[in-house]
Amino acid sequence: MANVASTTASAGSELTARALREAVFAGLITLGLFVLFVGLKTDQNIRNELILTQRWGLLATFIIVAMVGRFLMVAYAQPWLAQRKATKAAAAEVVKEEGFFSRNFSKIAIAALVLYPPVIVALFGVQGSLKWVDNFGIQILIYVMLAWGLNIVVGLAGLLDLGYVAFYAVGAYSYALLSSYFGLSFWVLLPVAGLLAACWGVILGFPVLRLRGDYLAIVTLAFGEIIRLVLINWTEVTKGTFGVSGIAKATLFGIKFDASKDGFAALMGLPISSAYYKIFLFYLALALCMITAFVTIRLRRMPIGRAWEALREDEIACRSLGINTVTTKLTAFATGAMFGGFAGSFFAVRQGFVSPESFVFLESAVILAIVVLGGMGSLTGIAIAAIVMIGGTEILRELTFLKMIFGPNFTPELYRMLIFGLAMVIVMVWKPRGFVGSREPTAFLHKRKAVSGSFTKEGHG
Amino acid sequence: MEYFIQQLVNGLTLGSIYGMIAIGYTMVYGIIGMINFAHGDIFMLGGFAALIVFLLLTTFMAGVPVVLALLLMMIVGMLTAALWNWTIERVAYRPLRGSFRLAPLITAIGMSIVLSNFIQVTQGPRNKPIPPLVSSVYEILGIAISLKQIVIVVITAILLSVFWYVVNHTPLGRAQRATEQDRKMAALLGVDVDRTISVTFIMGAALAAVAGTMYLMYYGVVVFTDGFAPGVKAFTAAVLGGIGSLPGAVLGGLLIGLIESLWSAYFTIDYKDVATFSILAIVLIFKPSGILGRPEVEKV
Repeated sequence: MANVASTTASAGSELTARALREAVFAGLITLGLFVLFVGLKTDQNIRNELILTQRWGLLATFIIVAMVGRFLMVAYAQPWLAQRKATKAAAAEVVKEEGFFSRNFSKIAIAALVLYPPVIVALFGVQGSLKWVDNFGIQILIYVMLAWGLNIVVGLAGLLDLGYVAFYAVGAYSYALLSSYFGLSFWVLLPVAGLLAACWGVILGFPVLRLRGDYLAIVTLAFGEIIRLVLINWTEVTKGTFGVSGIAKATLFGIKFDASKDGFAALMGLPISSAYYKIFLFYLALALCMITAFVTIRLRRMPIGRAWEALREDEIACRSLGINTVTTKLTAFATGAMFGGFAGSFFAVRQGFVSPESFVFLESAVILAIVVLGGMGSLTGIAIAAIVMIGGTEILRELTFLKMIFGPNFTPELYRMLIFGLAMVIVMVWKPRGFVGSREPTAFLHKRKAVSGSFTKEGHG
Repeated sequence: MEYFIQQLVNGLTLGSIYGMIAIGYTMVYGIIGMINFAHGDIFMLGGFAALIVFLLLTTFMAGVPVVLALLLMMIVGMLTAALWNWTIERVAYRPLRGSFRLAPLITAIGMSIVLSNFIQVTQGPRNKPIPPLVSSVYEILGIAISLKQIVIVVITAILLSVFWYVVNHTPLGRAQRATEQDRKMAALLGVDVDRTISVTFIMGAALAAVAGTMYLMYYGVVVFTDGFAPGVKAFTAAVLGGIGSLPGAVLGGLLIGLIESLWSAYFTIDYKDVATFSILAIVLIFKPSGILGRPEVEKV
């Protein structure tokens, strides 16, 4: 007995010693990483010269946090995780029947989304709902729409597209320019924008058909940048970096959402508020999302959808089975681009203003990150990823209590993208297959079985 | 004619910087087959490290000779960037090795966002101009060549020779080439694959930091967004030269630099990036393996 106790004690002290060693190492690394960038700050003085401000206290905080964190990680968290894994492996696997909630998840989710604006209005009042419906609701729905569109290209057809934002830009600018030059309405231009974006999808898709994998990624990135640069420099038409402003709003069967006598508020006998327009836009975005989801789900059951999935799994096998890879790839590009175009024209009508600023590479990266983090191919997973990533960073703007901790000069918005990037890395390392890591095959023999994500490979097309 | 040669000189200088960044891309791609999206931001980070060292020197050791100052900026920049790239590889790429192909690409994009925003948060979003370090200009046959251009080209040439020697004639380089050809086989033969990959990242980052220092010296200004455009152009250079090939990366860098400066000189400066990206697309469409790259053989 005593023997066992002494070995565990010595193992414990060994662990502590190792944890201490690793903590010191982590502290040294942190010192090296941050000494220049956190310890010193470059500022401009009155004569516009650069001077250095010293911040050694902040640097010390960084190092202490890293050391304590590493120590706790090695000494406590890792043994605990190992133990939990061992007990989990020992326990017999219990096959769980799916509960009511998970079986009807999508129905519940749609019902919740439909009820979202009235609930928010009830909770915060008409004016108070503005922020929640606009910043959280519409913003997230736009990204869901974009991510579902890109999902057709990346998740279903396995073609890595880093320039998806180009189609978004095409959609937004087609609406902005055609409505301001020709005065056409949103309902006419929505399909037109989708078609134009789809045309661009084919135009850009055609030359890159021969490319695979990373090369395709880099060429699509280049195309995305070319479109943005053209938008910036073709000032006669696009007004360059100033952007197109004063874009016409959408109407509901001809009813305008403004303060006029036959506007929506006056007709309904409601007090004048911009919130009604936002709620209308919310339902419009929801409808567009539903269309995207519906089309995606139906397409997956059609021959073309199956061809996409076959292409993703193995292009060579696909070709040898007589599938025309040219049309398969082009339709994937065109369909994905079309939804990007819809989202773009919706974006333009929501903002009332478009400029090349909104269509930088970062947007493509964010959309792609949502698709991958959601577990490519799974619509539910992508929607969850969009809510977590966009909603999460949007919430940062609301965290005013942080000002009390870090002082009045603390602006959480500054850290938005930093945290977004960190979240991308952490989620990816923690769950490389995304939130929903299994894939349901659309074609099956007797019984539908989910394929674990780790059995499939993708992105080779 | 003199104007043309002048542009050639400018393009050569710019191309040297792109070439140095491109080597980091091409080596990492060659060895683990991933686009290290954060590499452009490592370059920017190196530039910032050099900037801070320069300010330290001017504040605390006024009157230090320029050569020594440049050397110190370069060395500290190399060390910092190397440490950053090593850490990034360790925390963001290594856990995902063997995972599906898109996973490290996403973490690399995430890291690129993290790095540029980290610099924005810690150093502020404004441009950081510095007074010119070396300003003498020589006139040779009617062509103005500034000392900094000479410095950039000479340093690039020296570093590339050292690099070429390391990759081709040392055990480390042999391990790198072995890992590049077949990682599993190299591991079986006793090559420490993880260490080799780490060293590759460190070497790439060191070269990027030198490029960052040169960039700071040449343009006299650096800002936190500077990682993206040079990064993409350097990647274009790596692809143009044939990804995985070191001479290809340098050649691609020089070509991109020349295209950029000649296009700005003879056509419109607004569309110079469009020209670069169009050339990337055209090369990839007609010769996907690049100028010096080996064509990929598809095995079933």
